[in-house]
Amino acid sequence: MRYKSQKLAYWFFALSMLLLTLQIVYGFIMAFAHLGYDVLHPVIAFNTARAVHTNLLVVWLLSGFMGAAYYIIPEEAEHEMVNVKLGFVQLISLAVVGVIAIIGYHFNYWEGRKFLEIPRPLDYLVVINVLTFLGLIIATLYKGKKRTTTSLVLTMGLVFAALLYLPGMIWFDNQTMDSFFRWWVVHLWVEGVWELIMGGILAFLLIKITGVDREVIEKWLYVIVGLTFISGVLGTGHHYYYIGTPKYWLIIGGIFSAMEPLAFLGMALFAIAMYRKGEKKHPNKIALSWTLGTAIVSFVGAGLLGLAHTFPQVNMYTHGTLVTAMHGHLAFWGAYAMIVLAIISYSMPNMTGRKLFDSTTGVLAFWLSNIGMLGMTVAFGVAGVAQVYLERKMGLDFGDVQKEIQVHFLILIVCATMFTTGIGLFIYEFIRYGLPTDEALESVN
Amino acid sequence: MEVGKHSDEENLTAQVVRGKVLWEANNCMGCHTIMGEGAYYAPELTKVVERRGEGYMKAVLMSKTPWSPRGRKMVAYGFSEEQANDLVAFFTWIGNTDLNGFPPKPDYKSTINTK
Ligand code: HEC
Ligand code: HEM
Ligand code: HEM
Ligand SMILES: [Fe+2]
Repeated sequence: MRYKSQKLAYWFFALSMLLLTLQIVYGFIMAFAHLGYDVLHPVIAFNTARAVHTNLLVVWLLSGFMGAAYYIIPEEAEHEMVNVKLGFVQLISLAVVGVIAIIGYHFNYWEGRKFLEIPRPLDYLVVINVLTFLGLIIATLYKGKKRTTTSLVLTMGLVFAALLYLPGMIWFDNQTMDSFFRWWVVHLWVEGVWELIMGGILAFLLIKITGVDREVIEKWLYVIVGLTFISGVLGTGHHYYYIGTPKYWLIIGGIFSAMEPLAFLGMALFAIAMYRKGEKKHPNKIALSWTLGTAIVSFVGAGLLGLAHTFPQVNMYTHGTLVTAMHGHLAFWGAYAMIVLAIISYSMPNMTGRKLFDSTTGVLAFWLSNIGMLGMTVAFGVAGVAQVYLERKMGLDFGDVQKEIQVHFLILIVCATMFTTGIGLFIYEFIRYGLPTDEALESVN
Repeated sequence: MEVGKHSDEENLTAQVVRGKVLWEANNCMGCHTIMGEGAYYAPELTKVVERRGEGYMKAVLMSKTPWSPRGRKMVAYGFSEEQANDLVAFFTWIGNTDLNGFPPKPDYKSTINTK
């Protein structure tokens, strides 16, 4: 059974695709700057490019999550979205706040705290926006016939994500305290509540695509939520090794963060097991690729590459080097970018009525973007490890080391071009699907 | 509080705080790291006072053209003497926090000739 109000999701996905494109443009600006061509310096200095790159990332992912919720919640609750008009208002205000923030970054209007650069007045608008979104989701769930575990986990993730935005808005005179609470947002998002959002979307997709019983899939979901909380909360300690906090964090952070990959391993095993078990072979092969892909690549990028530098003895040397950028790219890509692309691939045929899910373009988009991103990860990784040895072990000057490792940014750009081609094809398919229609959503299947 | 002891809370003067305000208002963290957090485009600044000294730093901060002896450009902020002093105070304070051994002492520094 499908619902007309699910159409709203399409517009959030469209906003996502637009912002993703812009994010990539700013990524290239930084990659060229690293290579020695910072020709845009007078107009778009590196710190502007970086703030735009990472904030666009967060906003397009959030827009994707919101679209996912607007698609999934009516179907799970068996009830139309309570107020579609307000949903559109929320969409437009999200886009407007995002655009103002991005423009502001070009004019030195920001708060210089990594990932939380949005200036205070805009923070309040973000809060209002997110409250509207949550209000709509919760009201729909409340009025709906069913409250499934999948929809509750997804909603819980979204509610906690909103609450955890608040500690990032407190001013501290002390840099250590500042950093301490910055991690409540950054770490507890990506290694806590966003995992619930990912788990919820993943469970929904697996139920639809593999046809395995909801009871079985939701049992796994409980295990994953449990593992996430047990490891992720105290795992925050892996950011409290070297910022002026007491030594006991070395032990707490080391032990608990080393358990964090288990939640990602759980998701990978879960997705593969359900795929094997599934009787029904859903025709949407591309959605299946993205669904299994997100589970596997997130384990590699977040789980394994996170583990690689999470022990204090290693982190002492890799802390704040390009090694972190290596992990950041594959983790964000595997866990959160791919899950958004998965729900888009699954829902587009249902919303538009066009079944483009066995096109070569779609398959190419999947492989080019993934292989390109893996290549970028290797390029960052090699540059990062070389940096660690030359700067932290040999004691060469930062600037001299950067010259030595510059060539890896050429490789980065080559791989990023491949990645971008894949994303280009994905967006081309997205456009080819056309607009969502009531008829498509009404045709039960 | 223990965090305070580690992070040298008692020497957190008004001047240090003014330096921090400048640090955030200009998003220096978008190029540099401090306490190992930030961007990977420009030098780590936790121990910059120890490494370069006050005079060098003030030259960087007050420069009216993009500072770039090693190739990469810093934004030309052209800070006033007073602002530069505030930032130096901020970095001096950061340099005195107990970071559990970070940044690590290089193993081979003494045998290598760096400019
Ligand atoms: C666009 C990027 C960028 C921004 C923004 C930036 N810097 Fe820099 N900064 C650099 C680069 C690159 C260097 C190294 C230049 C060189 O040595 O060739 C540097 C060097 C320095 C140095 C000397 C460090 C050393 O070890 O030689 C200090 C101190 C410094 N910056 C402070 C600041 C402060 C304070 C701010 C914010 C008000 C800031 N920077 C903003 C790029 C930036
Ligand atoms: C999908 C999940 C994850 C994402 C999106 C992610 C992303 C990131 C990002 C962007 C940073 C840089 C943050 C900053 O400096 O502000 C970072 C740092 C870090 N991550 Fe992750 N991460 C994930 C999961 C993990 C896991 C599971 C582990 C450990 C097992 C881990 C270990 C680390 C460590 C140790 C750092 C600090 C690096 C440093 O000292 O510079 N991460 N992560
Ligand atoms: C064409 C593609 C891309 C290029 C060339 C690129 C390049 C870069 C560069 C050069 C940096 C700055 C590193 C520094 O501080 O010096 C960066 C940061 C970052 N990028 Fe990208 N990027 C691209 C795509 C992406 C995508 C698709 C994602 C997410 C899925 C992403 C996530 C991030 C994150 C999280 C950071 C911050 C890392 C950290 O603080 O450790 N990037 N990127
Ligand atoms: Fe973390």
